[in-house]
Amino acid sequence: MNLRIIPKIDIKNRNLVKGIHLEGLRSLGNPRSFVEIYYSDGADEIIYHDVVASLYERNNAAELIKDASKNIFLPMTVGGGINKLKEVEKILRSGADRVFINTAVLNNFSFLKDCIKNFGSSTIVLSVEVVKDKHDFYCRKDFGRESTDIKLESWLKKTEEVGVGEFLITSIDRDGTGNGFDIDIAKKISKLKLKTPFILNGGFSKLEHFSEVLKVCRPSGFAIGSMLHYNQLDKVSESSSELEGNFDFKSKKISFKDFKKFSISDIKNHIKKKFKLQFRN
Amino acid sequence: MEPKISIIDYGMGNIYSIKCALKEAGLKSILTNSSNEIKKTQAIILPGVGAFPEAMQRLKKSKIIDVIEDFHYKNKLIIGICLGMQLFFEKSSEISKSSGLSLIKGRVEKFKQNKKSMHVGWSQIELAKSNNSKKTSLKNDLNKKSMYFIHSYHCVPDDKNLITSNSVFGNKKFVSSLRTKNIIAFQFHPEKSGINGIKVYKEISKIINS
Repeated sequence: MNLRIIPKIDIKNRNLVKGIHLEGLRSLGNPRSFVEIYYSDGADEIIYHDVVASLYERNNAAELIKDASKNIFLPMTVGGGINKLKEVEKILRSGADRVFINTAVLNNFSFLKDCIKNFGSSTIVLSVEVVKDKHDFYCRKDFGRESTDIKLESWLKKTEEVGVGEFLITSIDRDGTGNGFDIDIAKKISKLKLKTPFILNGGFSKLEHFSEVLKVCRPSGFAIGSMLHYNQLDKVSESSSELEGNFDFKSKKISFKDFKKFSISDIKNHIKKKFKLQFRN
Repeated sequence: MEPKISIIDYGMGNIYSIKCALKEAGLKSILTNSSNEIKKTQAIILPGVGAFPEAMQRLKKSKIIDVIEDFHYKNKLIIGICLGMQLFFEKSSEISKSSGLSLIKGRVEKFKQNKKSMHVGWSQIELAKSNNSKKTSLKNDLNKKSMYFIHSYHCVPDDKNLITSNSVFGNKKFVSSLRTKNIIAFQFHPEKSGINGIKVYKEISKIINS
């Protein structure tokens, strides 16, 4: 199986946004123009995350995916606040291939079972967003706002038994920081010997960050936000929708210095050189 | 212009993406579950992601099963994608043993030998020797190119000459596409496989327009 490099598109209304530790969302532009760049640069999949859906209890991604599907012929995984089977169906009918769920499953475990029964394991991705506390990682819900006492390892084991198709594991502590993925999470996952493939998300900004993880465990994919998005700011168009969110960052042309300019092909070439891993061709 | 191809809408699978990919390939399609609409078109696409028994039940309930059989009897083009391909076979071992459309002799089996028995992601297709007809939808430049897969069952046709490509999951070689006189079927999703996938639909467009 080929390792996947997956741009993660966080959405608030119709804007691509990016925060730090899932907070302080900056509006960076029209998601469509980011995705077009990533499609031509060899992205293997796109993850869309409506990051305010949980808060407003509605997922707005369907329209964006419908629009993107017209000329982006890639697998698309979509999530954010999904808690009804009807919503899953709506999103799948809009051109998405898979949905990811988090809060709804932490609130009501049978929702996961219902999703798998109705749409099949391969369609359902479980998103797990964790925060470190001393030596352990605990699951969060509502896009990081609500804490739980559920530990990462026990949650992965419990949900794997039900048969989720893949995990999307986010380190909230590293999200948007560019400090690299939390290797302690990678180590804990490695010990679990999961049968289910998993995507890792949060913190990537340097090529070495990928090698560090790959030395410890073998994810099926890397989800990447800031590291890719901040390079595109001069190339992408503004979103045409209502001006909501933090636009200061863009209008003042502040550069985000922590992030060097790497493309998807740079990332793939780096990994190919260091490991015997294949990418799609 | 009337649509030339029907995409069967029976609530299983990513039909909207298929419509978009066909459009990109220059083919007008219609998403429908109406037998009358389907009969007006030259070819049908049976999509599908999910469970085999559930899919068969839906096809039976909506009487689409009769239209597919009618197309087959008249030698009209039938295209199957993913679960759609599997439904063409006689039987599947999924959950309870269930019967399929029986348009192709053979069976559908689960991947067993791998720990991670769900095949989700990109894998290469290797064109088979029998993929030499002028009417193939897989041109030689697609040999060893990656396509997007999402499935945990695969087809085992009795007649190996039908195979147009094989792929590997774990260390298991399986049939990733096939072709009969009037059936073209893919285990992968050309509509999700980037530029290479669109090439497949462009060839299908040529076949339909010829």
